[in-house]
Amino acid sequence: MPDPRFPARPPDAASHPPAGDAPAGIPASTPAPSAPVATPDPVEADAVARAQKGDHFAFAQLYSLHKRRIYTLCLRMVANTAEAEDLTQEAFLQLYRKIGTFSGDSAFSTWLHRMAINVVLMHLRKKGLPVSSLDEAMEPAADERPGRGFSAPDLNLAGSIDRLVLERAIATLPAGYRLIFILHDIKGYEHNEIASMLDCSLGNSKSQLHKARLKLRDALRAYPRQEDRR
Amino acid sequence: MTEEPDNLSCAAFQAQLPELIGSGVPLVFHPHIQSCECCRALLADLETIAEAARNLFPIEEPPDKLWKQIEAAIKSQKNCSDPC
Repeated sequence: MPDPRFPARPPDAASHPPAGDAPAGIPASTPAPSAPVATPDPVEADAVARAQKGDHFAFAQLYSLHKRRIYTLCLRMVANTAEAEDLTQEAFLQLYRKIGTFSGDSAFSTWLHRMAINVVLMHLRKKGLPVSSLDEAMEPAADERPGRGFSAPDLNLAGSIDRLVLERAIATLPAGYRLIFILHDIKGYEHNEIASMLDCSLGNSKSQLHKARLKLRDALRAYPRQEDRR
Repeated sequence: MTEEPDNLSCAAFQAQLPELIGSGVPLVFHPHIQSCECCRALLADLETIAEAARNLFPIEEPPDKLWKQIEAAIKSQKNCSDPC
């Protein structure tokens, strides 16, 4: 007989998506259209409070509210569905174990994302990424840094980025750059939220994002020349 | 002593770029951008990359089986921690 405390499917959160569920990248000079969870969501806050008291239905509700964003983050970081599922599972198991320690000092989504990011970074370390700290993950070796050359105007990328090429270029970014690029440009987090999640300074977040974009630009500019050689 | 915005070298301007971009202030009217074709092209490229990224990835849905796996793992943890 099924345990009534554990619903067979988590309650569908589709009718009540978390704030910022839509990807909200930020073009360099325009404000974010929707930053994730700027104010506490009363439905979420209630679910958190109940889950902290051991209400498994509330935990399932939190899973439904956040599963897409956590899974998408994991998938973008590891580019492998099986690994992304394992990492998502581990992130929510950690949430289950630690939800009692959530104090409400930060947004719940920020707290959960930070937990998921740590799970992903731990996984990358186990896979052999030479990362002993997040700072190192965010500051790749010299040969992985973006070039410093200025662009010639006739090489600018405007309107010419192929989706697959960009996906490939993002996948080749060093893990630290990739993480900040995904959090800011793809998932729409603000720098102050990223700094809080990653325990880094605001300036570091801005600088790493800039380097990630420069490195992508290098890769995208190099791509047509590689294609030409074929 | 800091350089005036319209007297910045490209290197000095680019050193400020992460902070300028991160501030969210439109840079199209920045004196250096107005006078420097290379940095204007660089900025356009970076904006294009950010815009392309925004439209790149849809939010992905994890498979339904994942909740069942999480649920089973939680039950397993509870059984381990419950006194026999």
